[in-house]
Amino acid sequence: MAADKNKTTINLGNLKAGGFIKERGKDLFTVRLRVPGGRMPVSRLKKIAEVAEKFGGEFVHLSVRQSIELININFKDFDAVVMELGEGEQKVASCGARVRVPVACGGCEYNPNGLVDTQRSAMEVDRELFGAETGHHKFKVAFSGCPFDCPKAAINDVGFIGAIQPELHREECISCGLCAKSCTDGAIAMDQENKPLYLPDKCTYCGDCVKVCPTGAWKTVKKGYTVRIGGKWGRRPLIGTLYATFLPEEKVVEFIACVLAWYQDKAEGLGRIRLGDIIIREGTDSLLDHLRSKFPDNIVEKTIPPQVVDNQIGNN
Amino acid sequence: MSNTIDLRGICCPTNFVKAKLALEMVDAGATVEFLLDDGEPVKNVPRALKDEGHKLISLKETDGFYTLTLEKID
Repeated sequence: MAADKNKTTINLGNLKAGGFIKERGKDLFTVRLRVPGGRMPVSRLKKIAEVAEKFGGEFVHLSVRQSIELININFKDFDAVVMELGEGEQKVASCGARVRVPVACGGCEYNPNGLVDTQRSAMEVDRELFGAETGHHKFKVAFSGCPFDCPKAAINDVGFIGAIQPELHREECISCGLCAKSCTDGAIAMDQENKPLYLPDKCTYCGDCVKVCPTGAWKTVKKGYTVRIGGKWGRRPLIGTLYATFLPEEKVVEFIACVLAWYQDKAEGLGRIRLGDIIIREGTDSLLDHLRSKFPDNIVEKTIPPQVVDNQIGNN
Repeated sequence: MSNTIDLRGICCPTNFVKAKLALEMVDAGATVEFLLDDGEPVKNVPRALKDEGHKLISLKETDGFYTLTLEKID
């Protein structure tokens, strides 16, 4: 029978984490590729180009969250696309109410501003939490290597910003004044003895003083992530707020899992709702207490709810 | 010979690249002065030169610009 001859078979297991997104019109899909931290080995890039040429349209799209998206893929080719990409070890990404592929800046290996290894963090989170269903809504994570915060941590459900705590060893200081001049935040002033005076309340922990100091008089005494929680963008933007400081890099996965557990518990029965909106309903103390029980050294004493951005449309 | 390189009025990263080119022309161990504008140049150039391995010695302000003194390290 004609109906049998044209029967399409597709391995539905490949679709479990999403990543296949329907396009306009019949049969065509966008295939979103998994590129944690935006790092794309050149060998994989070549393989992707081959697969795109064979199965896709005339171009690929670079997504806002560092993915390469194959365009105009016929759904009948799903299995072949997955298989051919798999040979180059390129996996398909996620979409929907799941933990998404983390984004990250270049990190600290070649970028002179990077304070922490954001690439390693992104890989770890991708390996441990990728595609986990939240039961409610999407869940986005971003890693910035320094307070420049190019990846925009505060518009993610959990956003991490690399930070170091500086400390001055006065006896090694030659009074050149480079640190005070380099400090963007005005956290270093030169005192009467022409030595730097550190004003911790103004410090954003960028490490510029440590980096410029000619004699190594400024030292790093703590290193880790500043953590913002509850952000999102889209129709009703929220800016995530401060929950933790100097979170050790090796605790990132555990920390996100802890936030996820609180989110899933508090969002029970509320349907499709983002973490930030749950924090606004529950109050910040509930989440702070929950996190403090596991990360007592890093959680801030108090914080503010996610900050509502008035986008001036649809508010009446 | 006085090694003073005037980088005033030159933006990042051109000022840093000019500094690198100038440093190619002097011997290791020589002391070099760079004149830098306030703002981004005085914040970025010293750090970048330190990162290249040179030894920063002092920074002085004169009439709204800065003089960075360093020792060239090979």
